[in-house]
Amino acid sequence: MAGTPRKDEISGVDTTGHKWDDIEELNNPLPRWWLWVFYASVLWSVVYWIAMPAWPGISDYTKGMLGYSQRSIVQNELAAVKASRAEWDQQILNSSLEEIVKDDTLNQYALAAGKAAFGDNCSGCHGSGAQGGKGYPNLNDDHWLWGGSLEDIHTTIAYGIRSTHEDTRVNDMSAFLRDEILEKSEISDVAEYVMSLSGTATDAQAARRGEELFVDNCVACHSEGGLGNRDLGAPNLADSLWLYGGDKATIVQSISYGRKGVMPTWEARLDPVTVKALSIYVHALGGGE
Amino acid sequence: MSTKLEDIVRDATIEVDAVNKKENRTLYKKREPIFPKRAVGQFRRLKWLIMIITLSIYYLVPFLRWDRGPGAPDQAVLIDFPGNRFYFFFIELWPQEVYYITGILIVAALLLFFFTSLFGRVWCGYSCPQTVWTDLFIAVERWVEGDRNARIKLHRAPWSLEKIGKYCLKHTIWLLIGIATGGAWVFYFADAPTLFVELFTLQADIMAYSFVALLTFTTYTLGGLAREQVCIYMCPWPRIQGAMMDEDSLQVTYKLDRGEPRGRAKKAHDDESFGDCIDCKQCVVVCPMGIDIRDGSQLECINCALCIDACDAIMDKMGTPRGLIAYDTDANLARRIAGKAEQFTLLRMRTVVYAFAILFVCAVMSYVLVTRSSLDLNVLRDRNPIFVKLSDGSIRNGYTVKILNKERSVRQFAVSVDGLPVETLKINDIEDNGAAPIVEVKPDSLRSVHLFISVNEADLASASEPVTITVTDTENGNSVTYDSVFIGPEK
Repeated sequence: MAGTPRKDEISGVDTTGHKWDDIEELNNPLPRWWLWVFYASVLWSVVYWIAMPAWPGISDYTKGMLGYSQRSIVQNELAAVKASRAEWDQQILNSSLEEIVKDDTLNQYALAAGKAAFGDNCSGCHGSGAQGGKGYPNLNDDHWLWGGSLEDIHTTIAYGIRSTHEDTRVNDMSAFLRDEILEKSEISDVAEYVMSLSGTATDAQAARRGEELFVDNCVACHSEGGLGNRDLGAPNLADSLWLYGGDKATIVQSISYGRKGVMPTWEARLDPVTVKALSIYVHALGGGE
Repeated sequence: MSTKLEDIVRDATIEVDAVNKKENRTLYKKREPIFPKRAVGQFRRLKWLIMIITLSIYYLVPFLRWDRGPGAPDQAVLIDFPGNRFYFFFIELWPQEVYYITGILIVAALLLFFFTSLFGRVWCGYSCPQTVWTDLFIAVERWVEGDRNARIKLHRAPWSLEKIGKYCLKHTIWLLIGIATGGAWVFYFADAPTLFVELFTLQADIMAYSFVALLTFTTYTLGGLAREQVCIYMCPWPRIQGAMMDEDSLQVTYKLDRGEPRGRAKKAHDDESFGDCIDCKQCVVVCPMGIDIRDGSQLECINCALCIDACDAIMDKMGTPRGLIAYDTDANLARRIAGKAEQFTLLRMRTVVYAFAILFVCAVMSYVLVTRSSLDLNVLRDRNPIFVKLSDGSIRNGYTVKILNKERSVRQFAVSVDGLPVETLKINDIEDNGAAPIVEVKPDSLRSVHLFISVNEADLASASEPVTITVTDTENGNSVTYDSVFIGPEK
């Protein structure tokens, strides 16, 4: 509460008149140097206005004489980082994939670069954790259509699948129903057989019927026992992983109308260093061979 | 005409001064210069000794060497920012062990509380850097300009060549002390002998010169120019310490029961109606804070005890016992006035509590330091994807395993997993030796590897199983464990 200033008897100092809970505030003067420091700060602020960016305008601001700009500092720092990367990029470019993986430092660099590039370019289809989805392979597991070695992965990324690249990987799963190669009932039997390979068939008789049809129509690509053929990009049908789904309806769908997955060629879009880094990153996800 | 006007004037006039009369109003207090006289006595000697010890520690410690083996700095005390290490003799701290510094700060604060509750402001009076450097700067001033009277005379004298010369010499020495102070500071952050040469050959980093300049400025300003203003206006400690002290805390005290009534009459007439204080004001002129200790306990008093020396010297001459100004307690003053015997109570609730708090923190810190492992393990479970199903139907989880080798030698660690019927254990690019994968970690560094654990889905009892990852030094068997979980599909 504001009151009337009075002289405090004990200290002999005037009070400010402010009183809270019977505690009064003494009006001790500040030291004069404090006032000088205050004036110096005011002067300093003027210097600062002149030297540094300070006043906003309508479309611009006062730039200051020192030319300080946080934006240009960041740009310089980014340029410096980029320049420091050049040396590493050159080493990645000149080394084989195996050599990079064996060099711990280069490997760490490639993994970091690959992770960033994966987020920018691959996660749209393969997911941010490379976990994939229906029609988009999970890159963490050990099931590979075209092989899981460093070289295989590098080729797939560089050339793509069914892409515009002349060396693109292409596989050809026929549409057995649409092209009238098999009847609906026959396709159902083949599906039962395919499911029996991974122990999920429900109709043993139909599976036996399907086996003959499988030998006639499918073994050429999917190999005997449905173990697949990586040279042709034909998936292993005997394991427990499915790109499109392992239930009967989906398998029937795949046989009836075929599958034509697409992956773009990245050779034209990304520089060779990034493609190498991506290969190493994907290889290290856990399924690499 | 004048008679009438004079009457009006006389009738209207009241003999009174305005409460806020302009010349009585001071918003800002002019600083009165203080010219402390040289004191001689036991406390002055103690202060010189403490000054020599503390300044020697500050200036010389960076040059102490401590052999840590090849590849490690041999500076006993070093704060290595680029290398992310703090070295203190046999202790070597990593950034994640910064809590040791917190512990040291807690002990330092508790020690301060402890000594304040026992002996009052001994920190302020003897070992505060502000006190030590101000003492040094005043000693320089006295050496250049003479003792109190000579300095006052010089201060009041008009400007002359002699005055300018003495002032220049004084400020030059002050600045040199400032440079030495700032210079010693930067030695704690880099190899001192190397930096010493670099500083003089203009080869050092701009940051080093900036910090030397900054500390030169603060030392010169605070120790030379601001002096007592720092204690009175800037330092929070004089305001806080009231909470640590009680009526049994020692303080530099003028024993008014013995001294009063003060007066020169005693000296002149040996008048027994006067107290022992002859009002010679020697205690006032030696005071670096510019106060009169006889006014009682004050915020400005740093308890440097120089007034005790000054008073004792006079008491000796007078043939009266020493200790008219002495370390005393409020309780003893009351006891003497009441005619009782003096009694110093060191064992009090607050001193006991502070002492136990110090012992407790020191014990905890020592225990943690002694049992500190030279090996540390951190495990981060992959969250995206949460788990991976493999072609043979088994479930795989990924873990980023970070192994910290704090020793100065290459170490091999075996990584093993407990709590799961593990089918395969794999670390990228590390050969599987049939048992636990071996990870080699370079000296004094951290290695991060990716560990894959696969388990047959049928062997998983639930969707989330506890798992313990153990890292064991293959040579000495030292190991650390980390508890994590293994996640599979919902059952």
